[in-house]
Amino acid sequence: MNGARHWRNQRISAVALVPLGAWFVYALLSRPDLAHASIVEWLVDPWQAGLMLLFGWCALWHSAQGIQVVVDDYVPGRLHGRVCLASRLLHGALALILAAAIGVVAMGGGT
Amino acid sequence: MDLRDKPASRPLSPHLQVYRLAFTTVLSGLHRITGLLLTASSVVLVAWLAAAAGGPESYGAIGRVLASWPVRFLLAGTLAVFWYHLFNGIRHLVWDAGFGFDMRAARGSGALVVLFAALAFGATLALTPAWRWLVDGP
Repeated sequence: MNGARHWRNQRISAVALVPLGAWFVYALLSRPDLAHASIVEWLVDPWQAGLMLLFGWCALWHSAQGIQVVVDDYVPGRLHGRVCLASRLLHGALALILAAAIGVVAMGGGT
Repeated sequence: MDLRDKPASRPLSPHLQVYRLAFTTVLSGLHRITGLLLTASSVVLVAWLAAAAGGPESYGAIGRVLASWPVRFLLAGTLAVFWYHLFNGIRHLVWDAGFGFDMRAARGSGALVVLFAALAFGATLALTPAWRWLVDGP
């Protein structure tokens, strides 16, 4: 990935996260309580589950981009490539777990 | 150009130990630090949703940890961190669009970011069940 593309993508995820992040905080904090049933009731709505997936993926994408910049700045030499790879694998795994978890809960899940 | 021809007053690189920290420098550092903290909280968010997918039992187990008193305050802190990063991120996007570069504008927008983040943090605590969750547990 070249630098200009990374820079542009980081701005795309940033712009997307302004409304998505505000939505997430609003949606989470407008639950009457945080019991399991309350979370299932929230994410059983396909729109809410879809927004949650979109927010989570954008947040993880933006996180990976941000970590990349920090690693480029502070991790020199041979370690650089390994830390980059570790970060990518971690973010990829988190994105998969997130999607699976939202999927299960949205199906009425885990009950 | 010969090195000796360089004007002596020109700052060569950010010598953090030598320069007095400016307001804008602190805000810039905070953007990075809050970004790293949000990466850490994204792991918590994924773990929390995975526990919810696992059912009430696993959800209850992670809930007990997240609702314990030191973690509860850390999560409230994450809310403050979130608002700061969001508003300062908007400030960065405005810079990317080519506006607000002079020192006066940068200081002013920085002060606005701190103000908006504080207001948003206060509002999300006070106007939602968050304050009650923080004090009494969810």
